[in-house]
Amino acid sequence: MTATDPKAAVDTVTLTIDGKEVTVPKGTLIIRAAEQIGIDIPRFCDHPALEPAGACRQCLVDVAAPDREGNVRPFPKPQASCTMTVMDGMVVNTQHTSEEADRAQKGVMELLLINHPLDCPVCDKGGECPLQNQAMNMGRPESRFVDVKRVFEKPLALSSEILLDRERCVLCQRCTRFSKQIAGDAFIDLQNRGAMQQIGTFDENVLDFDGYSPAGPAAEDESGRAFSSYYSGNTVQICPVGALTSSAYRFRSRPFDLVSSPGISEHDSSGSAIRTDHRRGKILRRMAHKDPVVNEDWITDKDRFAFSWQNQADRLTRPLVRKDGELVEVSWPEAIAAAAAGLKAARDGKGVGVLPGGRLTLEDAYAYAKLARLALGTNDIDARARAASAEEQAFLGSTVAGAGLGVTFADLEKAPAVLMVGFEPEDEGGVVFLRMRKSLGKQQVFTAAPFLSRGAEKLAATLLPVAPGREAGLLDGLVGDAFEALEADGAVIIVGERLAATPGALTAALKLSQKTGARLVWIPRRAGERGAVEAGALPGLLPGGRAASVAAARKAVAAAWGVESVPSAAGRDVDAIVAAASSGDLEALLVGGVSPSDVTGLTDAIDKAGFVVSLEVRRSAVAEAADVVLPVAPPSEKAGTFVNWEGRLRSFATAIATDALSDHRVLDLLARELGVELGTGSIGAVNAEIAALGAAADSHRPKAPTAKAGRAPKKGDVVLASWHQLIDEGALQDGEPYLAGTGRATVARLSPATADRLGFAEGALTVTGEGGEGVTVPAVVTDMVDDVVWLPTKSPGSWVAQELRTVPGNVVTVKVGA
Amino acid sequence: MTELVPVLSDIWDQEQSWKRDTYAANGGYTALKKALGLDKADLVQMVKDSGLRGRGGAGFPTGMKWGFLPPDDGKPRYLVVNADESEPGTCKDIPLMMANPHVLIEGVAITSYAIRCNHAFIYLRGEVVHVYRRLLQAVREAYEAGDLGKNIHGSGFDLDVTVHAGAGAYICGEETALLDSLEGRRGQPRLKPPFPAVAGLYARPTVVNNVESVASVPAIVNNGVEWFTAMGTERSKGHGIFSLSGHVKRPGQYEAPLGITLRELLEMAGGMREGHELKFWTPGGSSTPIFTEEQLDTPLDYESVGAAGSMLGTRALQIFDETTCVVRAVTRWTEFYKHESCGKCTPCREGTFWLTQILKRLEAGKGTEADIQQLLDTCDSIAGRSFCALGDGATSSIISSVKKFREEYERHVTEGKCPFDHAASALFTYSSDTASDEATTEEAHA
Repeated sequence: MTATDPKAAVDTVTLTIDGKEVTVPKGTLIIRAAEQIGIDIPRFCDHPALEPAGACRQCLVDVAAPDREGNVRPFPKPQASCTMTVMDGMVVNTQHTSEEADRAQKGVMELLLINHPLDCPVCDKGGECPLQNQAMNMGRPESRFVDVKRVFEKPLALSSEILLDRERCVLCQRCTRFSKQIAGDAFIDLQNRGAMQQIGTFDENVLDFDGYSPAGPAAEDESGRAFSSYYSGNTVQICPVGALTSSAYRFRSRPFDLVSSPGISEHDSSGSAIRTDHRRGKILRRMAHKDPVVNEDWITDKDRFAFSWQNQADRLTRPLVRKDGELVEVSWPEAIAAAAAGLKAARDGKGVGVLPGGRLTLEDAYAYAKLARLALGTNDIDARARAASAEEQAFLGSTVAGAGLGVTFADLEKAPAVLMVGFEPEDEGGVVFLRMRKSLGKQQVFTAAPFLSRGAEKLAATLLPVAPGREAGLLDGLVGDAFEALEADGAVIIVGERLAATPGALTAALKLSQKTGARLVWIPRRAGERGAVEAGALPGLLPGGRAASVAAARKAVAAAWGVESVPSAAGRDVDAIVAAASSGDLEALLVGGVSPSDVTGLTDAIDKAGFVVSLEVRRSAVAEAADVVLPVAPPSEKAGTFVNWEGRLRSFATAIATDALSDHRVLDLLARELGVELGTGSIGAVNAEIAALGAAADSHRPKAPTAKAGRAPKKGDVVLASWHQLIDEGALQDGEPYLAGTGRATVARLSPATADRLGFAEGALTVTGEGGEGVTVPAVVTDMVDDVVWLPTKSPGSWVAQELRTVPGNVVTVKVGA
Repeated sequence: MTELVPVLSDIWDQEQSWKRDTYAANGGYTALKKALGLDKADLVQMVKDSGLRGRGGAGFPTGMKWGFLPPDDGKPRYLVVNADESEPGTCKDIPLMMANPHVLIEGVAITSYAIRCNHAFIYLRGEVVHVYRRLLQAVREAYEAGDLGKNIHGSGFDLDVTVHAGAGAYICGEETALLDSLEGRRGQPRLKPPFPAVAGLYARPTVVNNVESVASVPAIVNNGVEWFTAMGTERSKGHGIFSLSGHVKRPGQYEAPLGITLRELLEMAGGMREGHELKFWTPGGSSTPIFTEEQLDTPLDYESVGAAGSMLGTRALQIFDETTCVVRAVTRWTEFYKHESCGKCTPCREGTFWLTQILKRLEAGKGTEADIQQLLDTCDSIAGRSFCALGDGATSSIISSVKKFREEYERHVTEGKCPFDHAASALFTYSSDTASDEATTEEAHA
């Protein structure tokens, strides 16, 4: 065999299933080999992403295999095809060709049903239930079980979102195996035994301790509630019966009434494939769509359950224009004309700032970028509704934009070592965490953070303790195990968007990447962040990573756009736009999907700006001060492309056709009114243009950043650490109380030494920043870096940008008590 | 006439038989000293040659099991003694450990030495606290005497022994469930492969042997292979403890060569209860198909019992006379399996649940002809379909009893009640009125 022979790489075996020969890689399970030739063996516990259990026994088949002398001998009993691996010369007969296998499977089916309530008519799973389907195929028309069924109280709430109906459960252990093997959150497990065996959370009553105390604490969060996993919704999806249901979907619909549309989740930068199930224009639920290269079989609970935000009562359907101080519904032409008039006046005056927000598709972001340059004549555009810096922009322009597919999910899984800086795998990564966890035990993980978060702990990560703001020093001085591990082939450094708040950190990360040879990847939080970078929706970046400050780059873009020139004046970034709008240096703001509470000072800026145009799905806080509000479509009602953190284009089609317009179409209309043909009226037109532009030539890119580390805080100062928890009060999670109930409790964290110094024992802490009200939340003493206080960025009672008006890494005031 | 061969039980009648001194005075621990001077591979070969087979029921050759361990890689490997004796009717390991724990400890030391293990575990059934204390005391004595610990008898061989008490689950007698339980997990059988010899306790190579198997090793070392192979039948060598219980005059443990018959054992036990005759019996505990007087002369070795349609199992001979209702006995056993099913696989979990309800109904005289067929059909859906052997075991007594005593099942249906006087079969004062055991389906709602 030659090296190019694809078969040379894999040892294969050839066997016969139902008389058909099949050749599969060694180690393949019989059930998988059968799938390859279209032979379906019924199963419940088997799931390709989980380790075999062999628990349900539904997949029994007859097997004969060669003995040492090569004589093919039948096994005396039917074998579970989900646990037995193939052998050369094996002869398998499934229920299609073996009476014994058929009888065995029918027997198991009968037993599975004796205690099952057979309540299909009222069960959420009815119509898409493997148990129902297989029972219809091979079950008895009438039950022979005339005795007493086992009954349980139902449903049992495993969390506010996940409900368990133990009567329907066939104890296949898919959910418990998912929780242990994939998510690492053993929040449920088997309890009791025999016919009384059941799934449950840690519960003394179920376990019947009979006066004995449970051994060891149950997994719970700081509030003492049973712990909830960020990935628990996947258990509902893989449950082969109707035992696990979600509060949000329970009793809402029948699967055969739903229309399913494939899509891409708008909740994070991973671009997970989802399936949106809707009925008469209303989304009923969302499921994970299998995508082997991105999210595999799984999505986060946010991806799954957070969709009702777009159909709240404040959903905008008609344009609004402020007349006599009140927003009134007007026609599109009137609204566009009003918006254009206001923007034109501001453009011709001191200028317009554009804040598209980080949740847009590539096409929408491109339209904003082009509109700002051509119709508003400015580089004052920044999609980063978060801490941002010039250093970050230089980093994004030099390293990320136009780089195409860089480090991928698969690369991350295969990486021998991963260093995470300013990045929390569970809270900010979602399915990134799941992919890394697949390599648990095979991958060395290091996390530069103030403490070892639960997610990092589940990755068996080594903590490189660092206070926020000091990451640059840590990276510059990195030696020892972590440095050596990063020198291995395929090692990866992940930097999160939070590093923008730390001077010198991205510079240091680039340097470390060069020194070690480790690949560097930027994983932002929001779905539109990478697309905005690619589209040039940043002040210093034009599409494709072209620097707005480089004349040749501007010329190239101007040529592509068919204009003389694009603006050359340096643009303001998000903070500068907010400041300028507040001080009157900018006369108008064009705001996309931005929550003012995410950007310090934005609420004031919107209030003070002379003229504000808001493009929003819902009547948001921006709208309340806006002069013109233009309704735009939520992701489920439009087509577009999210560019995920890998640089992969994640295109999706319209799931629910409505007359809502995408931002790029609205901006196209607006530009026309401003006298500019933007050419962004359709997805096709935008994409053709982006493709024609291509990536920047190296000489057209910004230079890599060379920022210096910031100064250390004074002794005794307490520095703020903060990140968004996955389930929090983000605007896209509105209207989903069941999901909110699974979020982590809001707590502040501080080290034992800092607690001592501040005289904190237990209770609450009040943290104040550079303005705002400050926050008072319960605090927990945590093993962490001294002189740091950690707060969740936007959890209930802890809205850092709004109430502290500061960013992580800055000094805050901490007071014990309220 | 076969004679008893008290090897493991030879000092049970001595004063303080459980003390190390008593054991040593009767030649105890000489085999360990001898073994420590032998080549490890020779010891394994010796046990292979002896033909010693697992005394826990399955009868797998012990020496071969040792030989399955991969070559020593310098990392830990373990011996785990299965002392989770829970099979109904089985009562051999517990009296053995009670009366002479040191023969087990000596066996553990020799076996560990042979398989290059430095940490052995004895997993004891949790309910027998008195045995637990006695084992702990014996291990302490052995450490003090230098039979365990560092540099045992100057040989350079180190061995620690941990006695672990289970929490009382029949399933933990299944070797992989035992290992999970020993590791602190929920006791449910593991998927095989990997087998314990490759990845057992803490994912390291592990030998799991029954108490009696391990305790049989010292005598083989001392007396030689030929002494051992002289006992027993062609493929079932050596001696074994036969536990007789039920309607016999002198129930108890009878240590005899394999191949002895029930007729011979009954004679030694003084025969059946006065004035009664044998109706049915189990050769190896409740998981083995029942026998009747037809098998009185079946040699009790692995092959002959197998050929007669049952299994030698644990040699737990439960003897029932003609006063016993077979339906009632089978129902009790089935309730045991329902209670002990671990719940992992469908056939055993659901099947035993169903069987119990049918049997209780039949026993109470409320069953139908169809129920008898349903019993067999349900057994057919369990036997050979379950994850481990527990499911098969649960059906043995049902299938065999329906086969041998179908008319008795039918009488329950036609007469509408149990035709037996339950008090007549009891070995103690018993009143049917006070000890009502009507089918309590409410239990299912517990």
